[in-house]
Amino acid sequence: MKLFISLILVLILIGIPLIGSNVSGLVYLFGVIIPYIAILTFVIGMSVRVLKWAKIPVPFKITTTCGQQKSLPWINNNNLESPHNTAGVFWRMALEVLFFRSLFRNTRTGLKEGPKIVYGPDKILWAASLAFHWSFLVIFIRHFKIFLQEVPQFIPLLESLDGFMQIGLPILFMTDAALLLGLTVLFLRRIVDPKLRYISLVADYFPLLLIIGIALTGVWMRYFGKVDIISVKQFTLGLFSFQPIIPDGISAIFFAHLFLVSALLIYFPLSKLVHFGGIFLSPTRNMSNNNREVRHINPWNPKVKLHTYEEWEDEFRDVMKAADMPLEKE
Amino acid sequence: MSDKRNIIIGVIIFILLMTIPIWLNLATGTSTERPELEKPKGDACVMDKEYMTSYHMDLLNEWREEVVRNGEREHIAPDGKKYDRSLTNTCLDCHPSKEKFCDQCHNYLGVKPYCWSCHIVPEEFK
Ligand code: HEC
Ligand code: HEC
Ligand code: HEC
Repeated sequence: MKLFISLILVLILIGIPLIGSNVSGLVYLFGVIIPYIAILTFVIGMSVRVLKWAKIPVPFKITTTCGQQKSLPWINNNNLESPHNTAGVFWRMALEVLFFRSLFRNTRTGLKEGPKIVYGPDKILWAASLAFHWSFLVIFIRHFKIFLQEVPQFIPLLESLDGFMQIGLPILFMTDAALLLGLTVLFLRRIVDPKLRYISLVADYFPLLLIIGIALTGVWMRYFGKVDIISVKQFTLGLFSFQPIIPDGISAIFFAHLFLVSALLIYFPLSKLVHFGGIFLSPTRNMSNNNREVRHINPWNPKVKLHTYEEWEDEFRDVMKAADMPLEKE
Repeated sequence: MSDKRNIIIGVIIFILLMTIPIWLNLATGTSTERPELEKPKGDACVMDKEYMTSYHMDLLNEWREEVVRNGEREHIAPDGKKYDRSLTNTCLDCHPSKEKFCDQCHNYLGVKPYCWSCHIVPEEFK
């Protein structure tokens, strides 16, 4: 049910611009107004969400780590798992953000005869996520050939690496295939496994299907029902220099692609996709474990009135002396 | 303990990265003109123009396949004319300057076909 709601939502999102962009006058809406709104929503929305998180106080160091912390000199510490300085945190974060190290440790629960519960490694989720995210990044970077008047030198280089296999013309980009493969695995995972299907929501299916829609319309435009990319680039350059024009001869499928991307951009700051910014703020990953080196005091702890032992002894010195009790100071 | 400063720096970097097309295009200046192509010889291409503009690589792929794998060297254009399926001899015959024709579009989009590491461009030998 939730799956079908998501599917229908995405199909509607593809349908609207396919029909709408043929209606004269509406092209401007799909080509200019909605993309501008989407980009603004994305950039401002993400910034606001992250800045909101920044306001939340962090009273204590959270040090759930799986490595030996730095303590006595003769105890080997693991500075990657339990870093005590910024350099260590940097590397732990880099591995997390670039290679999803926490996800790599993901396990799955299975039921064996007995019945017995077993836990095993589950690298498929990690591999599919990695393939998907990296491909998405490379594809996004490749798009800068359409966004920028002067194509930077590294983009042809990136494309030649991406098309290293030189399959067909236009050359098949391996990231296009990897993206679709990764997305398919991530999607099937939710349908095939009953446990996962049970906990999956519209908010889980919808972004996956939306990105699959974006990928398919993009792949369609590059390999099958081609659009005139020269006109598309004229259009995007107009968009990014705030002199929007809509050249003739851009087919509706391009507006479908653009509309889905706009939908994704708007959906981004409103949904679980904010993990894009959130991963940088994972408390158990970005805090150094230096509790033994630095004393951390919760800034809003109430001021406790202290009564130290010395003061206490001063107060009771006479009584203690009379009772023959040992004293620090005579 | 608060990482506010770092987070704000991060957000600023994010905003700059996400709007980078605007800044880079501002620096280089943009034009919404189509790249200018040298006028081809003859009065029609080997397929109709719309097809050629977007699908010429598919046609070249088909030609290559037909010639190298199947030995079929003859292409019949929609207007009935016969052409030899050849990159250098046919395409570059009517579009003699690769630089002023093919490369105009390709540079515009940073496309670098690898064909020319083997196939000759006659103008470069003059
Ligand atoms: C109207 C502009 C235009 C002209 C003129 C043009 N091309 Fe292209 N060509 C393109 C575009 C755009 C692409 C990239 C398509 C893509 O990336 O999806 C391309 C791609 C190609 C490719 C595939 C490259 C790859 O790596 O995938 C080949 C081969 C090619 N062109 C050959 C030629 C030749 C040969 C000529 C000259 C006779 C020529 N083109 C003229 C626009 C043009
Ligand atoms: C008989 C001469 C002739 C041959 C051979 C020929 N072309 Fe063309 N080509 C033309 C003409 C003429 C036009 C312009 C058509 C028009 O404007 O209607 C053209 C247009 C094109 C265009 C579209 C340019 C634009 O403005 O969008 C491309 C791309 C192209 N040719 C590529 C090729 C390629 C690749 C080959 C080889 C497979 C080839 N041509 C072979 C004459 C030729
Ligand atoms: C590794 C070298 C090499 C590269 C790179 C290469 N070719 Fe070729 N190509 C050949 C050879 C060899 C033949 C066979 C020539 C013959 O039999 O006439 C050929 C034949 C062809 C033919 C038919 C015959 C002719 O005279 O043109 C076409 C069309 C063709 N190639 C297109 C391409 C295109 C398009 C590209 C770039 C995407 C490309 N080739 C890249 C080596 C290469």
